[in-house]
Amino acid sequence: MKTCLVVDDSKVIRKVARHILETLEFNVAEAGDGREALAYCQDTPPDVVLLDWNMPVMSGMEFLRALGTSGMSPRPKIVFCTTENGVGHIRAAIEAGADEYVMKPFDRETLESKLQIVGLA
Amino acid sequence: MELSPVAMRAFAGLLKDRTGQELAASRHWRIETALKPLLRDRELPSFDSLAAGLADRRDIKLADAVVEALLNHETFFFREQAAFNMLMAGPVEALAAARGGTRRLRIWCAGCSTGQEAYSIAMAFADAGDRWRAWTVEIIGTDVSASIVGRAVEGCYSQFEIQRGLPVRQMMRWFTPDGDDWRANADLRRMVRFERHNLLDPAPFPGTADIILCRNVLLYFAAEERTRVFDGLAATIAGDGCLMLGAGETVLGNTTRFEPDAAQRGFYRPVA
Ligand SMILES: C[S@@+](CC[C@H](N)C(=O)[O-])C[C@H]1O[C@@H](n2cnc3c(N)ncnc32)[C@H](O)[C@@H]1O
Ligand SMILES: [Mg+2]
Repeated sequence: MKTCLVVDDSKVIRKVARHILETLEFNVAEAGDGREALAYCQDTPPDVVLLDWNMPVMSGMEFLRALGTSGMSPRPKIVFCTTENGVGHIRAAIEAGADEYVMKPFDRETLESKLQIVGLA
Repeated sequence: MELSPVAMRAFAGLLKDRTGQELAASRHWRIETALKPLLRDRELPSFDSLAAGLADRRDIKLADAVVEALLNHETFFFREQAAFNMLMAGPVEALAAARGGTRRLRIWCAGCSTGQEAYSIAMAFADAGDRWRAWTVEIIGTDVSASIVGRAVEGCYSQFEIQRGLPVRQMMRWFTPDGDDWRANADLRRMVRFERHNLLDPAPFPGTADIILCRNVLLYFAAEERTRVFDGLAATIAGDGCLMLGAGETVLGNTTRFEPDAAQRGFYRPVA
């Protein structure tokens, strides 16, 4: 079974994502900010990280950069999932190494197809 | 609100006349859900009054609206990703080898809905680096529904539509935000031509098509009409051309004019 780490400061979003991911037969773990997520990844690397942008303590971008310099290999796939829907943000995320990008709000079809694109569903 | 057998027959008859599709009585609830917004728009009290309006025959727009509402237009970018990759690597390359003289390929997306399938093909060609630089690749998308063809021409997609199946890099390369939507850039739109066309009619262009995609269209056709469509496609496809159906669709039992491609699942060859 594939594992997805859902990183979002909103409990509601984590719950929605978890529900969808479980119907797609993922093992789901949760983190409320980037630092928690980083600790989780170093301990038990997931196959994919669903990553919010704006979070307290450590943002999605800061997490992505920290993950990059941590030298983790293989690095989990990174799918941003955020309300930051402007092209500037999307471009920055791609440049920082994100594999895919989900603009909130999203539905099951969106998530499933993005996970397929990164080779995981 | 009840859908009476009389009204059901009226809707089913109209849809079959116009498109060849059959309405299964078992899908009552779907028909009711599909037509309810139309009742509201037209301020009609019941499905029977809608059926009576159809019988009147003066209101052509009403019939169009009913057909429109009953059609299933579901589609998305790179639907069945693996099949798309196979199409490009297999049949497209094989045909290219045979068309080196003219360097022309014609691809017909029959039943293209809102255009995602045709645009996906266009992006697959355009994103292949220099591979197709010296080629003329004609991509034609057709659908029986005029309003759907209008949407395909516009190339405007909601946030849900644009994210379904389309990799973010291709979204950024080929689309631009337009209010809450994303619109296909002019260079992508130029690669595809859309037309209204009914598959029960002769092909919408003279000559042949090298590749025909007719995916997730013939599922709901009545047997006789389905065979008729396959005959029409057989008359339009190049002798060495290739027909692609949706996952779970087949020609077997529907026509003898195509046979499965032994090497590639989901692809069919015209029988000489
Ligand atoms: C479910 S969509 C499939 C779209 C796309 N080919 C795909 O696989 O994603 C089926 C489309 O076929 C169209 N269609 C139904 N009957 C047709 C007919 N007789 N001639 C042409 N198109 C038809 C519908 O309007 C609808 O847009
Ligand atoms: Mg947040």
